[in-house]
Amino acid sequence: MAEKLKFAFYWAASCGGCEVAVLDIDQKILDVIQVADIVFWPCAMDFKYKDVEAMEDKSIDVCFFNGAVRSSEQEHLAHLLRRKSKVMVAFGSCACFGGIPGLANLYTKEEIMRRQYIETPTTVNPEKTMPQTSYMAPEGELTIPEFYESVNSLGQVIDVDYYLPGCPPPPELVVAAVEAIAKGNLPAAPAIIAGNKTVCEECPRTKAEKIVKKFKRVHQVIPEDDVCLLEQGIVCCGPGTRSGCGAQCLQVNMPCRGCFGPPDHVTDQGAKLLSALTSIMDAEDPEKIMEITKSIADPAGTFYRFSMPVSLLEKKHFTKEASEKKDVAEVK
Amino acid sequence: MKNEFEPNIVAFCCTWCTYTGADLAGISRMIYPSNVKIIRTMCSGRVDPQFVMKAFREGADGVMICGCHPGDCHYQNGNVKAMRRYPLLVEMLGQFGIEEDRIMLEWVSASEGDKFAEICEVMTERVKKLGPLGMKRKGQDFRQALMHPAKKINEEVPVKA
Ligand code: SF4
Ligand code: SF4
Ligand code: SF4
Ligand code: FES
Repeated sequence: MAEKLKFAFYWAASCGGCEVAVLDIDQKILDVIQVADIVFWPCAMDFKYKDVEAMEDKSIDVCFFNGAVRSSEQEHLAHLLRRKSKVMVAFGSCACFGGIPGLANLYTKEEIMRRQYIETPTTVNPEKTMPQTSYMAPEGELTIPEFYESVNSLGQVIDVDYYLPGCPPPPELVVAAVEAIAKGNLPAAPAIIAGNKTVCEECPRTKAEKIVKKFKRVHQVIPEDDVCLLEQGIVCCGPGTRSGCGAQCLQVNMPCRGCFGPPDHVTDQGAKLLSALTSIMDAEDPEKIMEITKSIADPAGTFYRFSMPVSLLEKKHFTKEASEKKDVAEVK
Repeated sequence: MKNEFEPNIVAFCCTWCTYTGADLAGISRMIYPSNVKIIRTMCSGRVDPQFVMKAFREGADGVMICGCHPGDCHYQNGNVKAMRRYPLLVEMLGQFGIEEDRIMLEWVSASEGDKFAEICEVMTERVKKLGPLGMKRKGQDFRQALMHPAKKINEEVPVKA
């Protein structure tokens, strides 16, 4: 290889798991070092943002961006890295669909701030001091990034070339993506690097006629091996989730939690799962239906666990009165 | 009175019963609010929850799902499917801040033009009381992002600050 590729890694609203996933490719990481230089990786190496700003546009070959976008800093870096990179990869479910941080879209910024800085039992804040984006200290102005009203997927903020889903993406997919990059045979962008069926189709469990009298959560039962979990009444997101992981959770007796997001033929993962679960209810009359419905805990949080910001409704809707009800005036 | 809020209500009506019933209401010159916009579907079981969400996302203040009475579905049990989805849909929409009164499931047969007119009246009043939903979403579904030329995304989606 004549010239080494230049890779950048960045984390936005993320848990750090995706950073670990990069290392999870084991010795293959050495192959990556063979083909590429890492020019920016805040988690592991000391670079400053101004180093990136000083780079020429499009001088980074591939940027792997993990995490959702919720602050002005993350948005700034997303735009900056987009400008500097030839190829932008949304790495992991948070970057692809908003992921776990996206569940915060069921709350307003004001509610989150109030809970965090005032209400939690471990918080001592009698003056109700709230974070400000700027503060005039005697030495001069101090600033911190702004926390946005809601969570965005990376694709809602900048153009993304490749989506690599998973929470975190499984090592095989990461290796496949890196190999495709090294050999220059990535599919035409934009594309999602995963399967295009549902997890059910990859799932080795036997499926018979599904009829369920009551739904259960995973900690409430010991599931039978080899039989479809949904048939056993355990809420499984397989029917509304994109294939590509090899149904790995199902191999270890855990239901699919939906981390690969919806497949192409599904617009809204939660709506699809709602249809899938209700279609197997063993009930014909409203009371019985209601009873089974009540056994499904937190439908929005369960069915959109990874994809709320890219769903049809995106976030909780607040009526005018609710959003005007501000107990903490200084929350910005 | 001029400025009274006029809600936008989308009614999904199965073609075999409710749509025919709505037709009857029209032919019989019954008076019902013009707020209700009818979308004809083959069966109430065909009303995917995605349709309902899309209606709200694109500006509906209320959504009605109407089909044949239980036992009368042209496809045997399409309306049972609708019935099974409904409570969970109501609960989930509630989590997204959409009040229960903005959605309705009703059975209207082909001969019940009067019932159709009546439920339209009821629904319009209900939604008027709640006021506008105003849920227009500008954000982009990631699949659209996959399918449309990349540049369009940035124009259409300012960061939802
Ligand atoms: S996709 Fe999962 S592992 Fe990666 S940052 Fe998000 S929560 Fe963490
Ligand atoms: S519902 Fe879950 S357990 Fe059943 S086939 Fe699908 S992925 Fe497998
Ligand atoms: S089975 Fe579901 S939750 Fe588990 S890795 Fe696959 S897509 Fe993600
Ligand atoms: S055909 Fe009318 S509800 Fe099925």
